[in-house]
Amino acid sequence: MTINEIQDELIEDFSFYQDWMEKYEYIIQLGKEVPLIDDKYKNDNFIIKGCQSRVWLYAELVEGKIKFTADSDAIITKGLVSLMVKVLSGHTPSEVSSADLYFIDQIGLKEHLSPTRANGLLSMVKQMKLFALALQAKNA
Amino acid sequence: MLTLYIIKAICKLKNFDIENIRADFPILKREVNGKPLVYLDNGATTQKPKQVIDAIVNYYTQMNSNVHRGVHYLSQISTDAFEVTRRKAQALINAAYDHEIIITKGTTEAINIVATCYGRMFIEKNDEIIISAMEHHSNIVPWQMLCEERGCKLRVIPMNEQGELDQQAYKSMFSDRTKLVSVTYVSNALGTINPIKEMIDVAHQYEVPVFVDGAQAIQHIAVDVQELDVDFFAFSGHKMYGPTGVGVLYGKERLLNAMPPYQGGGDMIKDVTFEKTTYNDLPFKFEAGTPNIEAGICLGDAIDYINAIGLAEIQAYEEELLNYAVVRLSEVEDIRFIGTASHKSSVISFVVGDIHPYDIGVILDKLGVAVRTGHHCAQPVMEQFGIPGTVRVSLAMYNTKEEVDILTAALKRAVDMLR
Repeated sequence: MTINEIQDELIEDFSFYQDWMEKYEYIIQLGKEVPLIDDKYKNDNFIIKGCQSRVWLYAELVEGKIKFTADSDAIITKGLVSLMVKVLSGHTPSEVSSADLYFIDQIGLKEHLSPTRANGLLSMVKQMKLFALALQAKNA
Repeated sequence: MLTLYIIKAICKLKNFDIENIRADFPILKREVNGKPLVYLDNGATTQKPKQVIDAIVNYYTQMNSNVHRGVHYLSQISTDAFEVTRRKAQALINAAYDHEIIITKGTTEAINIVATCYGRMFIEKNDEIIISAMEHHSNIVPWQMLCEERGCKLRVIPMNEQGELDQQAYKSMFSDRTKLVSVTYVSNALGTINPIKEMIDVAHQYEVPVFVDGAQAIQHIAVDVQELDVDFFAFSGHKMYGPTGVGVLYGKERLLNAMPPYQGGGDMIKDVTFEKTTYNDLPFKFEAGTPNIEAGICLGDAIDYINAIGLAEIQAYEEELLNYAVVRLSEVEDIRFIGTASHKSSVISFVVGDIHPYDIGVILDKLGVAVRTGHHCAQPVMEQFGIPGTVRVSLAMYNTKEEVDILTAALKRAVDMLR
């Protein structure tokens, strides 16, 4: 599936949840499914600033496609990073770096998350795109 | 008949009437995320009563003009009102003189004034400043900056598992190098009330002056700076139902006179020539530039508001509420209270199992309950307890047992979701 197809699917998934509680429960569930970062990368070099909780993110190229792994000490944040991994993992660096992540707005995350949390989400996106650019440069 | 009515009215005022108090705070009527707001982040800032809000509107509609400058009518009434606040603050903490009251931006600025002006004047290389393990960053960093500049050292009073300062260790820290003690009255992260009077007495035995950070005390506890014999005392307006951007630095006249000015500018001078400037007298020496006039004036209305209810009544009510909250929250499985000092003010800090405080904060917010999560600008405190942060519930006079019930139910729901 393309990045946009995954986004559209998530938008549809989220549209089933009328209640914010269900939305959060789904996000928490997604957190449990995140491909976990290897312990050796779970250090300050791979931490994302801008969250009240800590988020670690790692990226590597597997057969020309980016594989993201992550973790967080807060489970809602872990759910958010899982969501981003779900959308962006398994695509080429150029696809990731140029992706338009319209789903964040559409599933109401920007609106429903606190400002610091929204900043955390934005920091995640920024970091993932930076990884993509770095891998792209390395590959070129 | 009229007499009876008046007596009744007075009695009503003297009694702590929670319904009347809540009615004074318009924001408490609003909803958050479709739920009635339960505001329990009062340690960060308190809400404002309509008396203060009206005073702010009145200032801009009837008085606005600069203070200590113009001969015109508006400048005179705004100057008078600003100076009335100074005297109200003086009365609130029972300072000997109104010129011992410096109007600042807040507690942080007050600490920085003392660190900068007292520090530069009296603190030399290898001198020592005593602070405590429970200080807010604003009572750590200005001293660290001073230490970097002057080559002096910070000594830190350790804290026990309950979140109480080790008084024996404190006593053993003094030497002829000790130049200042700076401690908080009430811990913002734990709620511990420190035995400030005893600590001041100890320091004075060594002729060391004491700065007390009163930001978390002034809205809960009656303070008498002369009885405490404290040398410097500071508090913020916004944590005591007043406007943001204003606070008070109290200093003993003798010390303030000995200190150089903080910043240069208008209002703090007597005469300026390009050769030499002579400084103004207290308190203006420390009040360079146009102050936050509206906040300065309306801080007086916040003080009036507190006085009308009475700090003794407020303290008694908040203590009962605090005890009730501890009992109710104890129902939550795996809750661990951080800071269990025997003498506590209106703060409850806790973690639940290994759930991240931030997750709890997000879910509570969804349920209309506002709490603070994180390290509360007291990272060394969190480090001591080996946790990333806590959920902090901080109470004010307008909070109720019903709100504590809502908090408890919301917390149980959050924990169920997050476990």
